[in-house]
Amino acid sequence: MSTVEAPAKTRAQIKERTLRKDNWRKYPLTTFIIFTAWVAYATVRAFWGSAFYVPEFHYLTPFYSPCLNEICNSVTVDGHTGSAAEFGTFLPAETRGWIPFAAVSLPFLLLFRLTCYYYRKAYYRSFWLSPSACAVQEPHKKYTGERRFPLIGQNLHRYFWLAAVLISLVNTYDAILAFHGKDGGFGIGLGTIILVANVVLLWLYTLSCHSCRHIVGGRLKNFSKHPFRYRMWGWVSKINQRHGMYALITLGSLVVADLYVALVASGTISDLRIFN
Amino acid sequence: MTEIERHSYDVVVIGAGGAGLRAAIEARLQGKKTAIISKSLFGKAHTVMAEGGAAAAMGNVNPNDNWKVHFRDTMRGGKFLNNWRMAELHAKEAPDRVWELEHWGALFDRTRDGKISQRNFGGHEYPRLAHVGDRTGLELIRTAQQKIVALQQEDHREFGDYDARLKVWAETTVTRLLKDGDRISGAFGYVRETGRFVVFEAPAVVLATGGIGKAFKVTSNSWEYTGDGHALAMLAGGTLLNMEFVQFHPTGMVWPPSVKGILVTESVRGDRGVLKNSDGKRFMFDYIPEVFKAQYATTEEEGDRWYDDPDNNRRPPELLPRDEVARAINSEVKAGRGSPHGGVFLTVVDRMPGGAEEIRRRLPAMHHQFKELADVDITKEAMEVGPTCHYVMGGVEVDPDTGAALVPGLFAAGECSGGMHGSNRLGGNSLTDLLVFGRRAGLGAAEYIDGLDARPAVPETEIAAARDEALAPFQREGGENPYAVHAELQQTMNELVGIIRKEGELQQALEALDKLRERVANVGVEPVAVNDGRGYHPGWHLALDLRNMLIVSEAIAKAALERRESRGGHTRDDHPGMSAEWRKVNLVCRLDGDRVQLTRQPMPPMRDDLIGLFESDELKKYLTAEEMPGAAGATAADALDKEDDR
Amino acid sequence: MSYQAKFRVWRGDEGAGELTDYTVEVNEGEVVLDIIHRLQATQAPDLAVRWNCKAGKCGSCSAEINGMPRLLCMTRMSTFDPDETITVTPVRTFPVIRDLVTDVSFNYQKAQQIPSFDPGDVKPGEFRMRQEDVERSQEFRKCIECFLCNNVCHVIRDHEENKPGFAGPRFLMRIGELEMHPADVADRRNIAQDDHGLGFCNITKCCTEVCPEHIKITDNALIPMKERVVGRRYDPIVWLGSKLGIVKKGQDTPSA
Ligand SMILES: Cc1cc2nc3c(=O)[nH]c(=O)nc-3n(C[C@H](O)[C@H](O)[C@H](O)COP(=O)(O)OP(=O)(O)OC[C@H]3O[C@@H](n4cnc5c(N)ncnc54)[C@H](O)[C@@H]3O)c2cc1C
Ligand code: SF4
Ligand code: SF4
Ligand code: FES
Ligand code: FES
Repeated sequence: MSTVEAPAKTRAQIKERTLRKDNWRKYPLTTFIIFTAWVAYATVRAFWGSAFYVPEFHYLTPFYSPCLNEICNSVTVDGHTGSAAEFGTFLPAETRGWIPFAAVSLPFLLLFRLTCYYYRKAYYRSFWLSPSACAVQEPHKKYTGERRFPLIGQNLHRYFWLAAVLISLVNTYDAILAFHGKDGGFGIGLGTIILVANVVLLWLYTLSCHSCRHIVGGRLKNFSKHPFRYRMWGWVSKINQRHGMYALITLGSLVVADLYVALVASGTISDLRIFN
Repeated sequence: MTEIERHSYDVVVIGAGGAGLRAAIEARLQGKKTAIISKSLFGKAHTVMAEGGAAAAMGNVNPNDNWKVHFRDTMRGGKFLNNWRMAELHAKEAPDRVWELEHWGALFDRTRDGKISQRNFGGHEYPRLAHVGDRTGLELIRTAQQKIVALQQEDHREFGDYDARLKVWAETTVTRLLKDGDRISGAFGYVRETGRFVVFEAPAVVLATGGIGKAFKVTSNSWEYTGDGHALAMLAGGTLLNMEFVQFHPTGMVWPPSVKGILVTESVRGDRGVLKNSDGKRFMFDYIPEVFKAQYATTEEEGDRWYDDPDNNRRPPELLPRDEVARAINSEVKAGRGSPHGGVFLTVVDRMPGGAEEIRRRLPAMHHQFKELADVDITKEAMEVGPTCHYVMGGVEVDPDTGAALVPGLFAAGECSGGMHGSNRLGGNSLTDLLVFGRRAGLGAAEYIDGLDARPAVPETEIAAARDEALAPFQREGGENPYAVHAELQQTMNELVGIIRKEGELQQALEALDKLRERVANVGVEPVAVNDGRGYHPGWHLALDLRNMLIVSEAIAKAALERRESRGGHTRDDHPGMSAEWRKVNLVCRLDGDRVQLTRQPMPPMRDDLIGLFESDELKKYLTAEEMPGAAGATAADALDKEDDR
Repeated sequence: MSYQAKFRVWRGDEGAGELTDYTVEVNEGEVVLDIIHRLQATQAPDLAVRWNCKAGKCGSCSAEINGMPRLLCMTRMSTFDPDETITVTPVRTFPVIRDLVTDVSFNYQKAQQIPSFDPGDVKPGEFRMRQEDVERSQEFRKCIECFLCNNVCHVIRDHEENKPGFAGPRFLMRIGELEMHPADVADRRNIAQDDHGLGFCNITKCCTEVCPEHIKITDNALIPMKERVVGRRYDPIVWLGSKLGIVKKGQDTPSA
């Protein structure tokens, strides 16, 4: 027995869950409200089954892209009829209200965002309260982290990222199609701008992903041997610093894009045309 | 009294800074069972504070650099009072020690072709300081710390115990060295957390306890720097060399009061920072001393060109050795041209081609430090700076090759040893000093042990005496508050033995120290609630450190009074010139009872081949006529000089 | 411009203790550590506090101020309202020794378990690394080992039982540093997950929030490490590739 060693010690016993006096509840609370509201809106809209396409200007809401229900083949709004389907329609019309028209892309997008490192932080903090804020005790007795099923699945993020890249390409295609004028040729409306802006933001979000940062160059040990990938990594790293911000902005831009298309498609408002 | 625990080692290293860790690594590599003892936690020693870099003539940035140039710079910086053999070993071995760090995982900043980058620093002819931003000391200590862990991992694989051959005693303070007859046989100390005493039995002890700054009021040093190693060596019969040489770093923070003294790294000046007085004048041009006239620019334009084209221009006088700059700042402030808080202005604003961004990149720690502590943004405002006690050149007198002190079994390395830096240390020379002589001391200790026929014993009487001494402050009822005594000691040293010294003031200081001796002997502390009253007891720790600071202060003041010339870190107002006669003299302190005794000791003459590295014009400034080498030698030397200047 | 500030300092030892109130003078430009020292010199001579450099460089003075993990020497008093009561407690995750001093040996034990830098066969002086190669690891080597990140991390702060299997952000970052070190040849990805608990981390970023060196621990060390671990063991394509013999698997380095 060593006598110089100190006796076994315990932590300082402090009863308070936290001694923080600042407004630490603000972040988890606002995040909780924003996410809940968004999920509610998105769920309703995904199953709505109408007001998703403006045939006159080729506006397709991102919530319905790619549009895979038979109904997408022929959509009529305001006397104009057109097809929103680009990749076939294997969903029978009867599934409307049960299965979203974008049945292939939405689950991947959901998983992409669910496994996103930013969203993980945000919902672990605001929904699971582990921890709700730094140096605030969490309410759970046990904690195992992302080591077991199901949370170990978070490690598949890079595959969902790949899917998200493909879907972003589809969204980009949609946005290009939206340069469609009254006379059938080139045209720009407020809807076009909204859809394009949304796509640009989606790309910023998708390319600033941590998995993307790893894949383009982060995994290398020696940057100097791969100057091109180092440049790409530098670029991704730059936007990666704002990844959380893009994650939130795209939530907003998706709603704006969808709502705008829904309002025009339902005839509630008419599109503001800028050119043709 | 509970029984005192004993632990047996081959080598005990006191100090976990760069020097201590390097010594311990070496002792362990030589197969010796080694302990590292440190007042603070592992990895927190004072070396973490070193900012600028580690000087080693690797020639990565300027291929003209080599050990001879480095040796010359070191001798010039120290005004030829250096132990030339140490300066030689240092210049020769520094590159290997730096490369070794890299091999242990250190990541220095790089040149374009992938080598270790080197930066300019005061007194160094070429860019020579290997660095990592402005946190080089942290890199050094962390690397050595991680190397120690690597060795412990080896031992763990072999013996199942990380501590089998190398143990770190963190937060443990040594208060006495123990002897068996005239030989070292161990060390006595207490564990901070519990206040319990522990005896380390060891035939060899390496002192690596750093400096003495806490004897002064304004200092860049932390609480650890109470001159423990200096005092321990004296108490064990060792000697101190040239203690009058204390380096005041020209640029410490002067505001706010609570951070007064904290260092502003010299790299600020190396990276284009300039000093200005309250008239906005770059006053350093008025302070270039005769001996340096040839090497320094005389106009601002030339000085500014030098940063980009050092081959065709002379360097700006902001980069003169530290003692010169510190004295210049002192004079400006005395002449009433100082900044609002009693310093001068140091600015990098608009000085870097890359603007604010480059300032933040090159001087991140300084940017952070001023932002956090003084609320000053150095990319927009000037810093206010003034001299601060920084480094002690004097220290334990050692054998250059082995680090052995006069007491058999005692070794010393790093800041607590003396000789290497002469009268003034060049920036960056300390970090490599730690590595070069830390290693040599570890090696020296291992060899010394191999040559022993029997392990010395630790006499009970020595232990009892050490224990009683350590417990004494608790016994003194109504004793004086140690904090008050310490404050007074610091005040005395700062005012009377500071940058500029006078005979009268030094005598006054010695009288004051005499009175303080009685007060130190009478400090008392109250027990705390835990561990027999001694668990983590800051007042008690200070009470014990006071003894050491007092011994060291007396040594400094005595030596300062004796040396009647001005040289490097010792400036006598009443003897302003440098004297070639005094250069031949080393001042050596030893303890007689509780009084410091001073003797003069002749400086050993420099080896011919080394003296041949200097031009005779330069030597004339330092040496007496008799010391000057013969004509033949001088010519050979000049030839050699041209050789490596090419 | 000095004023009297209200302080509540945790005093105690071996776990038991309480918040004690003090009123103490504060002067311009001071930091919390100055105030603690003033308490020591004037009202509580035995108040234990650990510090060293007083310049934010050594990482000794870690504590919690108003509930947030901070360095005492780098928290300026001017950031508080003069009539605010300032609470100072020891860090919560490690056992307390006395007052504000805690036993941080957990961290040193963890450090010993991480396999050290392995340079392979390169000789000293022969390394050629470019600035861009070393920059990532250099960021992590700014660490002053204040252990505030390990203290704030809920994995062990709120769950003592997780300590054996979790090295904490400081040492997961150390693994990241070595994995990104251009000259290191070992592979610590597997042990990062199995022995050192990378999977415990749920990237909630508190370590990054408290780091006094402003190291982006989560973004630059932990997430890249998670991605590397995915590459080593959860990537189906890599798995398939190694089954087919297209992807070569290196040796995993065991914990030390
Ligand atoms: C702010 C600052 C910046 C600097 N910048 C540079 C620079 O850029 N380049 C350069 O070359 N030099 C620089 N220096 C100088 C250099 O850092 C020091 O001289 C050097 O670090 C001293 O190292 P050391 O190993 O001798 O001692 P330290 O690193 O100071 O270690 C001393 C050790 O001894 C222990 N100790 C002391 N007394 C006892 C005792 N009684 N019992 C047990 N343990 C004890 C301490 O706990 C500590 O672990 C700087 C110094 C300062 C203060
Ligand atoms: S990000 Fe991970 S390691 Fe950092 S505090 Fe959160 S859980 Fe702990
Ligand atoms: S990573 Fe930051 S918070 Fe963690 S120990 Fe290092 S300096 Fe402290
Ligand atoms: S999308 Fe957020 S990290 Fe990959
Ligand atoms: S005392 Fe060194 S970091 Fe605060």
